[in-house]
Amino acid sequence: MSSGGVNSRIGYIAFNTFREAVRDRVLYNLIAFALLLSGAAILVGEISIDIERLVVVNLGLTAVSLFGVVIAIFIGIGLVSKEIDKRTLYTVLSRPVRRWEFVVGKFFGLTGTLVVNTLFMAIGVFLALLYVAHKFEKMDAWVLVALYFIVLQFLIVCALALFFSTFSTPLMSAVFTFALFVIGSLAEDLRGFARITQGLGGWLATVVAYLVPNFSALNVISLVAHGDPVPGRLILYNSVYALLYSAMAISGAVLIFQRRNLK
Amino acid sequence: MTATRRANLVASAVLLLSMAGAMATLYAIDHMRRESVAQEALYVRSPKVLRRLSLGYTGLLADIYWTRAVQYFGEQHHNHSHDFRLLAPLLEVTTELDPRLLPAYQFGANFLAPKPPRGAGMPGAALELMKYGIQHNPGQWRLYYNLGFLYYTELKDYAKAADAFTEGAKLPVTNAFMPILAARMAQHAGEFDTARMLWFTTYQSTKDAQIRENAVEHLLALQVDEDVTRLEQVVEKYQQQTGRLPASMGDLERAGFIRGTPSDPKGRAYRLMPDGRIEVQDPQSIAFITKGLPPGAEPPQPRPVNAGH
Repeated sequence: MSSGGVNSRIGYIAFNTFREAVRDRVLYNLIAFALLLSGAAILVGEISIDIERLVVVNLGLTAVSLFGVVIAIFIGIGLVSKEIDKRTLYTVLSRPVRRWEFVVGKFFGLTGTLVVNTLFMAIGVFLALLYVAHKFEKMDAWVLVALYFIVLQFLIVCALALFFSTFSTPLMSAVFTFALFVIGSLAEDLRGFARITQGLGGWLATVVAYLVPNFSALNVISLVAHGDPVPGRLILYNSVYALLYSAMAISGAVLIFQRRNLK
Repeated sequence: MTATRRANLVASAVLLLSMAGAMATLYAIDHMRRESVAQEALYVRSPKVLRRLSLGYTGLLADIYWTRAVQYFGEQHHNHSHDFRLLAPLLEVTTELDPRLLPAYQFGANFLAPKPPRGAGMPGAALELMKYGIQHNPGQWRLYYNLGFLYYTELKDYAKAADAFTEGAKLPVTNAFMPILAARMAQHAGEFDTARMLWFTTYQSTKDAQIRENAVEHLLALQVDEDVTRLEQVVEKYQQQTGRLPASMGDLERAGFIRGTPSDPKGRAYRLMPDGRIEVQDPQSIAFITKGLPPGAEPPQPRPVNAGH
């Protein structure tokens, strides 16, 4: 089988996953996002002094992140189980599609959905910024970096949701993924605790602290809200980290899905 | 090899390599962000705002901020930095989120008060922290003890140290040494004995191995400081009697001032220098010593208690 064949099969599954998400009205969250942001942009000027930009950036980026994580979890956990329940998975796998291609295609489909969703939200954030500040400033460019980090965050969450969905029920997958998201958001403190723990406990804590996903470094919302720059090295490291961590979770998902008895 | 087996092998290899790579990258990110983590933690400095943001889980948030304070102090100390400006706000947020978090007062004051590089050189902030702690935990003798300790060691305010020990001694649950310390402070007598008693009280009132080790190091250093002071007085007496400086410890022994060759608590003989000073053989072997060091030598770097290094 040619590699072009592999790519087209993965692309086909990814596109179908995206189309299904759109059909499931996932992008309707954009309406809630638009209402939230425009409401905040208009209201904050009335009730506070000189923090309009700060509020728009903080609220906008936080909403982008949380909306996206919720979508990633709730779609990601059903990607495999829904196909089994509706018995469509058997139709897909009866064609010349390998299991790993199915998993990878699903991953790309979900991340694609989130990237499109984030793109619309990013436009919303910049429109709100323009509304409150009447012009763009140089420091607004860092908001793009924060948005890029949020997309990296989605890569990891999607990969984790997909990983859990290959062997667990949707409810438990949601619980596991959300728990890892919370733990990962406190990962730097977790590693701090591990550093000051001695002996075997310290060693175990360090291993666990390095195995859970690190979302803290991907959250630069406070930094960019204050107009502070994001170091170039952090952009590089975070990109590498998110790609490697997603690859790790996806390969774990592939290994489990390959062994799963689907009869 | 079947396609399934090949896919499994590739997936296993990717899993292992990406896991190792992710951990290595995370280590690099951590290394790079240690300074900024504490700074970012303080974007919200208002404990009231943080209290609301914590949705009632203030205890957990206080634990997190306390860990950040310890990490921050440990990092700055490890890097020999003299810049500790984030320490006081981190401790303030910690103790306002959980006013009953006693280690934050006890260690926090210890981090804040001493001069750099041993501490942040902010005795005023340390005093404020201890007073806030006593205000919210009036039944804790240890906080009065720490306050007295602070007045004695860092501020040399013996009257206020005596007041703190006296107040602590009045509590229903207290330490037997508290009234004695109060009396000693009031008399301002026997510097070495008083300091020894303070560190001994610290040693016997805790189960924490690191604090005990720290107290033992201080007790050893006190022994050296006292020995060197006493030996230099002996050298002075010898000079007064003979009109010249002793050439060796043997001269002092033959003149009947000392018996045998005096040695430091690690068993190394003290050295008599040509100018009559007494020096320890290995200045880096005993932390906290202030005497017996070669001219211009920096006091040995002690390890910070519980600071992660």
